Amino acid sequence: MNANTPQTNELAPPTERIPMIRWLHQNLFNSWFNAILTVVATIVIAAIVFGLGHWALTAARWEVIPANLKVLFVGTYPAEQLWRVWTILVLIGLITGFSGGRRSGMMGRIALVVSGGAVLLGLFPFPLGTRLWILGVGAAAGGGIGLGLLAKTRKSPWIRRIEIGVWLASLPVSILLLNGIGDVLPVIEGRTQWGFLLNLLGAIAGIALSLPIGILLALGRRSKLPAVRWVCTAYIEIIRGVPLISLLFMASIMLQLLLPDHIRPDLLVRAMVTIIAFSAAYMAENVRGGLQAIPQGQFEAAYALGLGKVLTTILIILPQALRAVIPAIVGQFIALFKDTTLFGFIAILELLSLSRSVVGNLEWRGTIFELYVFIGILFWTLCYSMSYVGRRIERTLGVGRQ
Amino acid sequence: MSKIRASMIVCQDVHKWYGDFHALRGVSLTVAQGEVVVICGPSGSGKSTFIRTINRLEEHQRGHITVDGIELTHDLRNIEAVRREVGMVFQQFNLFPHLTVQQNITLAPIWVLKMKKSAANEIATQLLERVGIPEQADKYPGQLSGGQQQRVVIARALAMSPKIMLFDEPTSALDPEMIKEVLDVMKELAHSGMTMLVVTHEMGFAREVADRIAFFDHGELIEANTPEAFFENPQHDRTKLFLSQILQ
Repeated sequence: MNANTPQTNELAPPTERIPMIRWLHQNLFNSWFNAILTVVATIVIAAIVFGLGHWALTAARWEVIPANLKVLFVGTYPAEQLWRVWTILVLIGLITGFSGGRRSGMMGRIALVVSGGAVLLGLFPFPLGTRLWILGVGAAAGGGIGLGLLAKTRKSPWIRRIEIGVWLASLPVSILLLNGIGDVLPVIEGRTQWGFLLNLLGAIAGIALSLPIGILLALGRRSKLPAVRWVCTAYIEIIRGVPLISLLFMASIMLQLLLPDHIRPDLLVRAMVTIIAFSAAYMAENVRGGLQAIPQGQFEAAYALGLGKVLTTILIILPQALRAVIPAIVGQFIALFKDTTLFGFIAILELLSLSRSVVGNLEWRGTIFELYVFIGILFWTLCYSMSYVGRRIERTLGVGRQ
Repeated sequence: MSKIRASMIVCQDVHKWYGDFHALRGVSLTVAQGEVVVICGPSGSGKSTFIRTINRLEEHQRGHITVDGIELTHDLRNIEAVRREVGMVFQQFNLFPHLTVQQNITLAPIWVLKMKKSAANEIATQLLERVGIPEQADKYPGQLSGGQQQRVVIARALAMSPKIMLFDEPTSALDPEMIKEVLDVMKELAHSGMTMLVVTHEMGFAREVADRIAFFDHGELIEANTPEAFFENPQHDRTKLFLSQILQ
């Protein structure tokens, strides 16, 4: 025995190495029926992969995507005003970097991905201006990380307060910047034709607002006051019983008929409110599931310490309830993001409907499949990122729970 | 120690129903300051229900309960005032699993007593020292043994500087080898002059530490007496039967 090895009687678990042939036999060819299934499935998969690969490499006209990138992402947003979109991205890169640098961990990893990803994207042959902006986002994120690391060394409660304040302000500020503010910044018309920007705005606003509203609805549904309980229950059950698409139609057409003439909320605002209201009802049920799982003893322990109902809910019950339902909440966020493509049905030109207009252009006729593949990859990347972040959060918060 | 002490808890003719079930049938008991009263009785006799009425985790429907001069009524301010003065230890611990040991202890001082975080942390350190687990401050409850968890619960309750401590079967959920470590902390607490109400089956603890033992059966307080009198000379047949069953 090696002198460095500690002398113990503990046995390591046996490491089993199954030879390839045996693995194949055990898993794929262990009966005649399974052997046939394996062969057939292999042929089908090979045919699909070959067909797709062949199309993607030879027939597909991928140039449709770079040629229409601006249209797909921001629709009719005027090119000379695009600096506003980029400024928002730079600012978001900056605060993401700052938060990441200050607290490392998962936020740090996100910041690194944003900064590194932007630099990598900047290597692609975009037009010079675009490339500079992309690199700017990466530099802002990198600079943010540096600032965050610097802030980490200082112990001031204000740093954290300012950071939270900036995050809370980021959504309204972004919307104002995009839309324009009265005389200071010219208001940009055609808000309903901004392509992927609208998908993102809908998803971010939906995520930011449907969770708090959902939490309030869930608490309301468990309230001891019958009036509150009935209102919340009715709201949740009615919304969940109606398809989102019909709610969107209602918001786009019926609301106009029902409301008095001088109240004409913007179509985009109506669509956003609808999707938030819809998502909040589902969120409420997710949160209620988490609340249901908290043992009575947790309430009793908090009350016995002299904590009132509000503090008990905020400090003891909600943190545990939300943590228990992170997978369901993230699932709802992902569904919400994908549901923003339904905006197309009420004449809002988001990414999916813009892709159909692109194909309407003679030059790009017959390229819908390429566009759909691109859109699919784009959505998948973002949805998978959300799912990944959700799992990381779950793991980070799961510390010490067995 | 002087025998003339102020009354900390006064219960008069306390009744409690769960639906049609009459869980407490006219319980009257007065606990003096610094007194340790052990409550025993068969399961379902209402002993847990009784001590839970004292910080109003259970509401009594008839009679009066006065804790340190504050009568428990529907008035929320009174209830919260009483809860600030009464610490409670549960059979199932009920630590907050999402908070560290230290955060469990400092939560109520910070949010209820508006104590500064640094002051609360100092108290937590002292209390963890007192219950013998100073090295566990940064762990989560799930990482501790049952006995350690229960000692954290005691420290958490003590952090509010309570005048009264209620123990609801504090050792019933523990493995045998951990019971002693919790009982030792409780003994130290009793000797320090804390007013304590303890529901337990640990008759050794009762004999050694209790000033009085109260015996409950079918929602009634059958008798309350000094340990000597209770064990050597029980007055009621039901008490005798109970003692014969548990002391074998």
